[in-house]
Amino acid sequence: MEEIKLMKGNEAIAHAAIRYGADGYFGYPITPQSEIMETLMAEKPWESTGMVVLQAESEVAAINMVYGGAASGKRVMTSSSSPGISLKLEGISYLAGAELPCVIVNVMRGGPGLGTIQPSQADYFQTVKGGGHGDYRLITLAPYSVQEMADFVALGFDLAFRYSNPAMILADGIIGQMMEKVVLPPYLPRKTEAGIREESPWAVQGKRKQNKVNVITSLELDPALMEENNKRFQAKYRNIEETEVRYEEFHCEDARYLLIAFGSSARICQKVVELAREEGIRLGLLRPITLWPFPKKIIEAYSDRVKGMLSVELNAGQMVEDVRLAVNGKVKVEHFGRLGGVVFTPDEILTALKEKFQI
Amino acid sequence: MLNETKRSIMKHEIIIAGFGGQGVLSMGKILAYSGLMEGKEVSWMPSYGPEQRGGTANVTVILSDRPISSPILNEYDIAIILNQPSLDKFESKVKPGGVLIYDSYGIHGAIKRKDIRVYRVDAMDAATEMENEKAFNMLILGGLLNICPLVKLENVLLGLKKSLPERHHKLIPMNEAAIKKGMEIIREV
Repeated sequence: MEEIKLMKGNEAIAHAAIRYGADGYFGYPITPQSEIMETLMAEKPWESTGMVVLQAESEVAAINMVYGGAASGKRVMTSSSSPGISLKLEGISYLAGAELPCVIVNVMRGGPGLGTIQPSQADYFQTVKGGGHGDYRLITLAPYSVQEMADFVALGFDLAFRYSNPAMILADGIIGQMMEKVVLPPYLPRKTEAGIREESPWAVQGKRKQNKVNVITSLELDPALMEENNKRFQAKYRNIEETEVRYEEFHCEDARYLLIAFGSSARICQKVVELAREEGIRLGLLRPITLWPFPKKIIEAYSDRVKGMLSVELNAGQMVEDVRLAVNGKVKVEHFGRLGGVVFTPDEILTALKEKFQI
Repeated sequence: MLNETKRSIMKHEIIIAGFGGQGVLSMGKILAYSGLMEGKEVSWMPSYGPEQRGGTANVTVILSDRPISSPILNEYDIAIILNQPSLDKFESKVKPGGVLIYDSYGIHGAIKRKDIRVYRVDAMDAATEMENEKAFNMLILGGLLNICPLVKLENVLLGLKKSLPERHHKLIPMNEAAIKKGMEIIREV
């Protein structure tokens, strides 16, 4: 029988990683995500599954340990919060350039700079538009519950390995710190060396007589070859955009207005939908689960059916740009946000909706 | 018919607010675990700012028969107020007809709202009398459970067992005594 537990989103990520059979976690503490490494250290998975948990000397060291682990075909991950993710971006670009699979967790806090430790979603651009240098994309999953914090570890690794690409779990301080019910996934065995050889023939596992030398690098000094690499990346990204879009709809069927929100904002917006419908306003919520690839087709489809869309984000207006691109002027799209770690309440959002669309 | 269905669906939105170190977060945790034991949907959302002993701390706890949408709320069915800054912040956010429970020790202003039910539980005094300041938050919880029987006592004890590390399980009888004492000493104002 599955056991229901009560835990924080951060704790759920740690337990899910152990149960998934992850080989290594490398991190450096920062609020509001420190419970991820704290829980891993308390659980001591090196004594049970053999998973390595290591506090690196810095965020930069941690992401480069991930690069090393991923290059050898291992399931490795790291986590941080906004300022720490900024430090990791060089390594993230290298991982993308070397087509290495891994999971990176960002439990966002208010910025810019060191900012505050309160929840924010202001790293949307950083995550889905690049962040690091070069034409790369991160598969980006936005959990909106503690259950999804647990579930997206496995999903993140699966997608990362399917496409040989880093995957990001983009959460925030609310989802990281809140406790709610969670059913943890079952224990899976860690991959054996032979299993890795079979699944990831590109991995560097030591030269054996029967195989050629594998080289993992993002460096290619011949621009003609580097262009070919980029074309290969772009073809992969188009494939991901075709096949991996995920979203969820709440009360969209008869909606005249649509909220677009991800992560914790989507949770708060569910309440806004309840409040609006009590007042007779036909409001729906579309929640992108993958932020890249972005669910632009479904948003475009709704642009013929609704009178307006409000992108609700804990930032100054980032995802709203992707909503506007998808809608392409067919319907009015507005943004509502709070900044720097302040979280909106449901009635604030409802008031903003009424004002912006004169309902 | 609709009304009846509505009434039978239980949902309680609760804020617990006071000083850091008063056991605000752990009281919320025990309440959440108790709800879990009772088969409810629960959410526990702390203020996790740079709080410390002596600073303000609060936690939003929701117990419901239905899946919970927002863990962040504008207004509350029940406010448990353990210091003056928390009263100033949350008195206006109790729903009309809602409940406000406070401990007189930390509150020097008068409560202005007339459209809510107000209760006082002198938990600090009772904890001093019990020579156990750690009983404070369980005295408050007892008071709450008397006024609003959100969860059965047996499930609170199960919740305590779940939320306390094993080495502290010997303290459960003391906590139970404090909860029962709290149930006795709460008074309507």
